[in-house]
Amino acid sequence: MAGPVLEMRSIVKTFPGVKALSDVTLTVRQGEVHAICGENGAGKSTLMKVLSGVHPHGSYEGEILFEGELCEFGDIRASEQRGIVIIHQELALSPYLSLAENIFLGNEHAKGGFIDWRETLRHATELLRRVGLDDHPETRVTDIGVGKQQLVEIAKALSKKVKLLILDEPTAALNDEDSGKLLDLILELKNQGITSIIISHKLNEIRKVADSVTIIRDGHSIETLDVKSKDTTEERIISGMVGRDLDHRFPERTPYEGEKDAAPALEIRNWTVRHPIDQERKVVDDVSIDVRRGEIVGIAGLMGAGRTELAMNVFGRTYGRYDGGTVLKDGTEIRTKSVAEAVGHGIAYVTEDRKHYGLNLIDTINRNISLTALAKVARRGIVDEHEERQVSEGYRKSMNIKAPTVFEPVGKLSGGNQQKVVLSKWIFAGPDVLILDEPTRGIDVGAKYEIYTVIDQLAAQGKAVVFISSELPELLGMCDRIYTMAAGRLTGEVPRAEATQEVLMRHMTKDKEVTR
Amino acid sequence: MSTDVTATSPAPAPPGKSGSAADGNLLQLVLGGLRRNMRQYGMLIALGLIVALFAVWTNGDLLLPRNVSNLVLQNSYILILAIGMMMVIIAGHIDLSVGSLTAFVGAFAAVLTVNHGIAWPIALIMCLAMGAVAGAVQGVLIAYLGIPSFIVTLAGMLLFRGLTEILLQGQTIGPFPNGLQNLGNGFLPEVGPHTNYHNITLLLGIVLIVAVVWQEFRDRRRQQEFALEVPPTRLFLLKLTALGAAILVLTMLLASYKGAPIILIVLGALVVGYGYVMRNAVFGRHIYAIGGNLPAAKLSGVKDKKVTFYVFLNMGVLAALAGLVVAARLNAASPKAGDGFELEAIASSFIGGASMSGGVGTILGAIIGGLVLGVLNNGMNLLSVGTDWQQVIKGLALLAAVGFDVWNKRKSGS
Repeated sequence: MAGPVLEMRSIVKTFPGVKALSDVTLTVRQGEVHAICGENGAGKSTLMKVLSGVHPHGSYEGEILFEGELCEFGDIRASEQRGIVIIHQELALSPYLSLAENIFLGNEHAKGGFIDWRETLRHATELLRRVGLDDHPETRVTDIGVGKQQLVEIAKALSKKVKLLILDEPTAALNDEDSGKLLDLILELKNQGITSIIISHKLNEIRKVADSVTIIRDGHSIETLDVKSKDTTEERIISGMVGRDLDHRFPERTPYEGEKDAAPALEIRNWTVRHPIDQERKVVDDVSIDVRRGEIVGIAGLMGAGRTELAMNVFGRTYGRYDGGTVLKDGTEIRTKSVAEAVGHGIAYVTEDRKHYGLNLIDTINRNISLTALAKVARRGIVDEHEERQVSEGYRKSMNIKAPTVFEPVGKLSGGNQQKVVLSKWIFAGPDVLILDEPTRGIDVGAKYEIYTVIDQLAAQGKAVVFISSELPELLGMCDRIYTMAAGRLTGEVPRAEATQEVLMRHMTKDKEVTR
Repeated sequence: MSTDVTATSPAPAPPGKSGSAADGNLLQLVLGGLRRNMRQYGMLIALGLIVALFAVWTNGDLLLPRNVSNLVLQNSYILILAIGMMMVIIAGHIDLSVGSLTAFVGAFAAVLTVNHGIAWPIALIMCLAMGAVAGAVQGVLIAYLGIPSFIVTLAGMLLFRGLTEILLQGQTIGPFPNGLQNLGNGFLPEVGPHTNYHNITLLLGIVLIVAVVWQEFRDRRRQQEFALEVPPTRLFLLKLTALGAAILVLTMLLASYKGAPIILIVLGALVVGYGYVMRNAVFGRHIYAIGGNLPAAKLSGVKDKKVTFYVFLNMGVLAALAGLVVAARLNAASPKAGDGFELEAIASSFIGGASMSGGVGTILGAIIGGLVLGVLNNGMNLLSVGTDWQQVIKGLALLAAVGFDVWNKRKSGS
């Protein structure tokens, strides 16, 4: 392997009151894919902001050498001129501009202040081909999927003659198929001589693309491991990230063997949902599932399988158009046409997108927790603030929500703590059935374990839990039974004993035939 | 934390109980409390400063009993509108129609009482109902048809102004019956022996102080019952003293002139009532929830359309009340009444801490914002500043208030 292209030496970055980076050293070799991993808040993103000039030279200590030269970037432009391009977790594309316009935004092919469209389109087409897109460069960004948008970001980076590409959790919003494509592209770019740094929680991704991995914990660089080496196991990386051995990633759980005769807590029969705009499309097609009290039932599927769509349509028709199907609660048919009705029947849906659909980020922990079940702390329409505060203080302690008081705005909490607030909110509503949609997405390993423990306790209390997840190990570790869906259809039902990643994946990629 | 936190009795701690260290810390306690609640207290302090400045510049004329009374009468209708507007803005909307609606309701009142001789209490109820209908229509369009509130109420602004002129046929109609006039200009009646003060007003002030103190103690005891942390006793007592003193000063000022204006009593009831609703009622919480994050509120089972509808219906009723007060105060309904009121009410809300994106703000904030504008108006009038410069200064005040808020938020955010 070649020598280092990038060296960051003893980087220290302090914000008022917090030391975000205490002492980080990072060495990236020419032409490799270098992964950085660590818990949320470990300092990964801050480190990349230091590298790309978002935090300008002078605001941190330590030195950066790129291609052997000392670099003192004053802003993003300065680092981009050297060929260092960062692609942020939240995509920075303008939705109503075309792909070509986006690729050259701020960097237009122009003659005397006017855009040279011929050159723009020619060059854009070329760049899009390089990232494996055959969409017309005049397509608007809003008309292509998130997966493709990520590729457009990379095309944009290529237009800047990138030498070092930094991707901050590039697959967080992508389904497995798009993730796969993206990872392949990173490998392809590596063959073309482009060095990449990829920030990721997903250990399987790291194994697939990375040559080496640097682990960061609490603002320190802990170690750099050779991914291809046999000693670098997932357990090894995890223990480096959390600083303790995690031999149990899931709480011990005795599989549920309840009375099969009792009616299921929730049964959904022959449910069909059509796409809200494209009425021809069935996003959920004749799906029947059930869950018993005390049971945790998983639903596995790739993006677009229709899991969230099913859950949200059942839960007060909050997504798509209902096109047939019945819901039974404890054997009796119920109506769930509005959220209020669904909640009234003891059903809770914990969204996969807590920031947009789960929480009022500008309001306090206190008021977020009480919102769905205000009536419980109110008498004749008037909220008893003290009782409300007592209730949420209780959840803050029992759920280990890390905040000084319950009057902290939820927006200031980390992802894991926000997720605990969402869970508290729905637990306080007192449901019999909880539908949890990707409850551990984007949160760190330690908080994940805490959430698993809570889910386990809920089941032990006799609640029925539906667990939707894209992470197979998590479903295998937690569920008593796992349904699989693909393209809107139910494609399998696997008991815990028979479930393996391979079996599930086979069902998840099945297209038409239905097996029950 | 002071040892008083764990005290089970709400009775004031005898001095010296918490040691001399706590005595020295009182200032720190106050400053700490202020810093934590910068948003809430910042504007109150700004209002205090503005009052103090103008009191000095006008050689004390600003705080003369007659002027204080006048200040209340002059600003009452903007404050009434600001209450409703704050709720609209918290819900994530805007209402541009309220200025025209006040004019329209004023005209409607004039037609009813002056042209048709309908008894004023009946006319009053009909006017409020008219406001409710106007608000409800706009509410349906906004909440159930999903037309943006900016557009609906912009249309309403033109529409109600036009209807006002049609109703009045370009004329000014007046005078109003006495009963209605009192709403804008009247004072509480006087009874009892002749003192140098207005007896009923004094009595009301004392009752109010007792009620506030009792309520605060009860609240503190309830917090302790739920084993919640309460603020240190010293801070609590200081707050009570400050509150009591403020009410007492205002009472004395008003009582040494003609007594409390009737509209002040109405306004006080509205502030307490709506403040309570926004803070403690399920309805109020739902307004904050839909303004803060609409999709999340929907998924939490909040009936967002119904809440939005009632927010606009309520705004209509309050606009009608403001319209009656304006008409009563001028003792005439004129086609140009209420011109620009919507902007004053909106400015009051933003000075008082509302956010463009919704979900933030308090009723008290709207009142403080309205008073900042009101004191500026009144003070500059006393100093004979021309309306040209008055506008400039009010514009700068709005910018400064919101700028401070943004700066303060950024500072605490990073």
